[in-house]
Amino acid sequence: MTRRRDLFPYLLLLPALALTLAIVAWPLAETFRLSFTDASMKPVTTYVGFANYAKIFRSGFEEIIGRTLLWASLSVSLKILLGLLVAVLLNAAVPGRALFRILVMPPWIVPIAIGVFMWSWMYNGQFGMISGLLQRFGLISEPFEFMAYSTSSFIATVVTDVWIGVPLVSLYFLAAMQGISKELYEAAWVDGASRLYRFRRVTLPLLLPSIATMALLSAIWTFNSFDIIWILTEGGPRGATTTMIIDTYKTAISRFRYGEGAARAVLILLFLSAFTSVYVYLLLRLTRKGGTHD
Amino acid sequence: MIDRYRWYELVLIYAGILLTLIFLLAPFLEAFMVSLRPLEMIFRIPYRFFTDDMSVDAYVAMWSSVPDLPLYIFNSFFIAVSVTVLALACIIPAAYAVSRFTFFGRDAILAAFLGINMIGAAVLIIPLYKLMLSAGLLNTYLAMIIPGAAFSVPTGIFLMRSYFLRIPRELEEAAYVDGAGRLYTLWRVILPVSLPGIMVVAITTFIAAYAQQFLFALTFNAVDEYNPLPMGLYQFFGRERVLWNELMAASLTGILPVLLVYLFLQRHIVAGLTSGAVKE
Repeated sequence: MTRRRDLFPYLLLLPALALTLAIVAWPLAETFRLSFTDASMKPVTTYVGFANYAKIFRSGFEEIIGRTLLWASLSVSLKILLGLLVAVLLNAAVPGRALFRILVMPPWIVPIAIGVFMWSWMYNGQFGMISGLLQRFGLISEPFEFMAYSTSSFIATVVTDVWIGVPLVSLYFLAAMQGISKELYEAAWVDGASRLYRFRRVTLPLLLPSIATMALLSAIWTFNSFDIIWILTEGGPRGATTTMIIDTYKTAISRFRYGEGAARAVLILLFLSAFTSVYVYLLLRLTRKGGTHD
Repeated sequence: MIDRYRWYELVLIYAGILLTLIFLLAPFLEAFMVSLRPLEMIFRIPYRFFTDDMSVDAYVAMWSSVPDLPLYIFNSFFIAVSVTVLALACIIPAAYAVSRFTFFGRDAILAAFLGINMIGAAVLIIPLYKLMLSAGLLNTYLAMIIPGAAFSVPTGIFLMRSYFLRIPRELEEAAYVDGAGRLYTLWRVILPVSLPGIMVVAITTFIAAYAQQFLFALTFNAVDEYNPLPMGLYQFFGRERVLWNELMAASLTGILPVLLVYLFLQRHIVAGLTSGAVKE
């Protein structure tokens, strides 16, 4: 079926390769090149070596890295934990299950920005639902402006990110759970294993590859997340929600410092590739089977 | 039987379901309540959920505050559909090539596509902007369609490839014996039997393209008539004095079409995810 020097597969790949070369590969190379220049709105740009990188690390970049790590790991672990819990609920054979499955999806279906508009109102201190209900039940005595304080706005952006992410994660886990053979459960049931025991000893081990895959994907997506923070806080107050992505966008697009922004983008790419390599390496060592499922 | 629950298990399950739905649907509910109130009544202390001054006035007034709302809704669909069509045109032949042929560089190409999955569009925004500028695409639909499609191609190829791998090779061999050409075989033999898989890739690509239009519109487009829904309403959101009731009315009206489409397609969507389809 295949011959040597056969051009047919290359022809089939041509559209996909052309598109990704133009939109991803070239910009990637260009980002590396720009990161060594002082490119900005000025007509002339010169190569400045590692000056941009040196400048970034003098300006308290460790703080942004730490914040990004905390933001992403909080959000990813919440999404995975809640996603597992919701998947178990979606899988329970109780009346109303079909309706429940339909009602879980909207946060994922609607445009991210629209979901964030709604949350922005929820967080409003004077008139929003959360502050309002907390006051109603006497948990706080006066309006609380979530977006005015570092910690609360940080948590608020995490909660919104989890809200958008949970439906997909739980549907993914649900699909994986449905792939587990019924006979395993029946065998355990015949042996008198309780429901909790069956979950711990059958569901969880068999779900582990899916959890590992989803955790990696979710980590990459969460790390690259832009819309949610941008609309809710634009990285504020006083930088409390400025992650590496927000910081890069601000530097490059809002302040027109293309060279410095590119250097920040390169650091993100290095960081993500290092993370992914270590993660995949550990996973391979743990499973010793040669990779996660596809 | 195995699926029978004890009463306390049922209580736990339904309590869990209720809490989940409250968390996931509260923003929609609150948006709906806000959209039903006159503006001055939204800003009221203490917070009350039900009030007696509710009306649908905001749904009338929003058409003059956001006159282009139908256009935004159309743009969102138009962009997402175009992204899906363009992406599929790249994904299907590419996935077929990597699943059916062994050729020099195949594994390297697959690895490169896997790597691209890691790169978010926001990271490449500077050269992308320059690219759009020099190609004369700034402030056109294409500036929002082409990048959207490019970033969904890698995931789509992996999804589609795993589907093609499950189709028996005998199908093509029989066609070749009958003297059919390879392109003809792909078009008339393989595509028809792959339709369920193509549907899955199309739906997940569409949802991703529909949900994530903000960044490209924010950065590449300044023409209001081309704005997708999120960007159209974002301008409204960014004003000095936000008309919350009308913003929420417009948001809910704006997402109504996609929610209806979802209701009709939800079986396919769940089936699609069952085969391992993912998108953020």
